[in-house]
Amino acid sequence: MVIDKEKIIHVSKLARISLDKKKSEALAKDLSSIFKFIEQLNELNTDKIEPLSSILNEPLRSRQDLISDGKIRDKVLKNSPKKNEEFFVVPKVIE
Amino acid sequence: MNDITNQSLDEIIKKIKSKEISSVELTKLFIKNIENAKKLNTFVTTAFEQALDNAKKFDDNPNFDQLLPGIPLAVKDLFCTSNIRTTAGSNILNNFVPTYESTVTKNLWDNGAFLLGKLNCDEFAMGSSNETSHFGNVINPVGDKLVPGGSSGGSSSALAADLTPATIGTDTGGSIRQPASFTGTVGLKPTYGLCSRWGIVAFASSLDQAGPMTKTVTDCSLMLEAMSGFDEKDSTSIKKEKEKYSKNLKDNIKGLKIGIPKEYRVNNMPKEIDKLWENGKKILKDLGAKIIDISLPHTKYALPTYYIVAPAEASSNLARYDGVRYGHRSKKGKDLIEMYENTRSEGFGDEVKRRILIGTYVLSSGYYDAYYLKAQKVRQLIKKDFDDNFTKVDAILTPSTPSSAFKIGEKTDNPVSMYLNDIFTVPANLAGLPAIAFPAGLDNKGYPLGLQLIGKVLDEQKILNIAYAFEKNCKFNNEIKKWWV
Repeated sequence: MVIDKEKIIHVSKLARISLDKKKSEALAKDLSSIFKFIEQLNELNTDKIEPLSSILNEPLRSRQDLISDGKIRDKVLKNSPKKNEEFFVVPKVIE
Repeated sequence: MNDITNQSLDEIIKKIKSKEISSVELTKLFIKNIENAKKLNTFVTTAFEQALDNAKKFDDNPNFDQLLPGIPLAVKDLFCTSNIRTTAGSNILNNFVPTYESTVTKNLWDNGAFLLGKLNCDEFAMGSSNETSHFGNVINPVGDKLVPGGSSGGSSSALAADLTPATIGTDTGGSIRQPASFTGTVGLKPTYGLCSRWGIVAFASSLDQAGPMTKTVTDCSLMLEAMSGFDEKDSTSIKKEKEKYSKNLKDNIKGLKIGIPKEYRVNNMPKEIDKLWENGKKILKDLGAKIIDISLPHTKYALPTYYIVAPAEASSNLARYDGVRYGHRSKKGKDLIEMYENTRSEGFGDEVKRRILIGTYVLSSGYYDAYYLKAQKVRQLIKKDFDDNFTKVDAILTPSTPSSAFKIGEKTDNPVSMYLNDIFTVPANLAGLPAIAFPAGLDNKGYPLGLQLIGKVLDEQKILNIAYAFEKNCKFNNEIKKWWV
């Protein structure tokens, strides 16, 4: 499949990555060659094959929802690019 | 004090135990090597002060019964280290300081080792040459202008240059085994679920595994023993008894059946790789193993499958980088959405963007069945190929890479040609199998080449044993001249 610039712009919106015109064109070219490569899979008939959902033979374990740490609010907030004393701060979302 | 930094981890541990060298002396030797090797660009962050403190603590109150007594170790910068910056080679995590320690590194520290620093890698482990790192490419000590492989390229380079006695990497499609082969070292990707993924910056969660990178097979068994084990915090961690890989290492491989898959003899494979493989077969045969020709018919579909599954999982995992709670945040954008878009555009490099877009596309409405579901079906077929053959053979021998280390910049223009580097390593990730890459010879330029053994689920001991026997019986000059000092 050929990935054109419009498709790249659509997907980059979904992925929340802004792209300029030059980059969109370069990515369209790269992705077209990558999709040509991955579409080799269409040679295979997989109608009767179950998709692999896990490579482990046993089901995933679940655990009790228990608190195992805490009291690190300040340390966690320290990594935030913008915060006040208790909260992460983001651009205003409601008027 | 003799410089022992070029010796194996196992030898160094013996010298610590016999008190021939103290942990502080050892740590200082490695720090000196690191300071003299800035040209290789292997370290993103160093932790020298903390390392010397820990070394002194060990010397003051040594416990020689531990697996890694008083051993300084540098690790790939994909493992979260408490209070030490962890970048994953990305601008978006440029200033991220984890509040917690990954389980795998904690296991190493609990066995007596301590952190020396964080090693450069491809951004979010996406790359085969260490050229996608925000912190610049790493140089292979084997030769100026050569890539060290990737994504654990800082790890392989630092190990080969004697900047750490052993190290750990992560392997999603070959990221431990390919760089090990490019630097003449040993690298093992364990069975999916043997080492905890908790605290490792996620790339593709159904493929990611941490594993050891070492100078010898003995060292590899030691490191694997120290880092592996069940972890409640990782829902895919396998619950089982801990194995003593180092104690149980033995070189008798008489009667073992080694499969040679015909599909790995790919088009345009260099003659010297073919020769290396033939020689590997001969060495194992002379040691009493039976060589059996086998077929893994879906091998050619492994890479296309990988380049759907891995980007799909990556696009989902990397959705968390939004500039709100940690990491880089753009100063541009008039509202929240624009802030996200600019943050991610500035924070991610080209290869990461490429893979996020592929992943978003194959998971998007209307395309999921055609790509992602199709790939998971083919993945089932690839796994079945292995299951069918492991009733007949104990392990599978293949080359680990289709070439030796290539030049910096040689493959950056063509993503697909870069991806082809992982052609022999990707199938083990897709099937969740353990695989070890080990040095097996040199090419005509004198660059190292490696072979790979793939084992059954949780059969790490057997592939370690075969590689150990091989190592004892395959001698060649693997020494690296220290041109960077």
